[in-house]
Amino acid sequence: MAYLWSLAALIPLNNYGHYIHWGVIDVSVANFIVVVLMILTFIAALFLPFPGRNRRKENQ
Amino acid sequence: MSTAEIERQWTTRLRKRVAGHLPPEKLLPDTQPAYVSSWIYVFGVTTIAALTMVILSGIILAIRGPQWWHSSSIGHFINSTHLWSVEIFFFAMIVHLWGKFFMAAWRGGRSLTWVTGVVTFLASVGTAFTGYVSQTNFDSQWISTQAKDGINATGVGSIFNVLNLGQMLMWHIVLLPLAAVLLTTIHVLLVRVKGVVPPFEDEKGATK
Repeated sequence: MAYLWSLAALIPLNNYGHYIHWGVIDVSVANFIVVVLMILTFIAALFLPFPGRNRRKENQ
Repeated sequence: MSTAEIERQWTTRLRKRVAGHLPPEKLLPDTQPAYVSSWIYVFGVTTIAALTMVILSGIILAIRGPQWWHSSSIGHFINSTHLWSVEIFFFAMIVHLWGKFFMAAWRGGRSLTWVTGVVTFLASVGTAFTGYVSQTNFDSQWISTQAKDGINATGVGSIFNVLNLGQMLMWHIVLLPLAAVLLTTIHVLLVRVKGVVPPFEDEKGATK
């Protein structure tokens, strides 16, 4: 259990949030990371091979 | 009762209509087209899986109440499960939305499927918002006081008061989840009726 607490300590959650200001765009770092992860997931979903794809194409 | 009378019954007409549009083999198909074998097609069902977890954890939170989810370790766990299920729900829903947008998933008479998806997204945003203001902690107080002016500026403040905890909780646990689940069900049934949208090249091949 103690290692979980030390893991949580890596990201201090009791401080003020960090924000990115870019012109009219004003976004918290946490939300920005989530948006970047969504974009990366989207790109990965387009290009990563799906298990069994070739087998299904051969069957059809 | 005569055959003509039986044919006129609303139950008979409804059953025939449903069976015509959505026979069992279409509702629960054995196979899917080859183009569905792509990771981009898994985010719809990921969203539904996350929604199931949201509802199950929400039911437990509703049974035990705020004192429990604030003060006990298992309450914290279920509360966190509820939050993180919502995070995965929106994450998967947005990737699903992007995928369907770029493959123009409204093609082939699927406009109602697209529209129900959009409305489900909006209902989900409302459900999440009312959840944030129903936490019964300083965070929910902060969010509701920050949101009230914006909500009041839209003109709905008289019937949707974000500072009214009881009202927000009812919207969060009754009205909006009911709408979200109903819309999701209609959305999935429409996907089953029309089938999964094919990629552009497959559609061109089909029209040759």
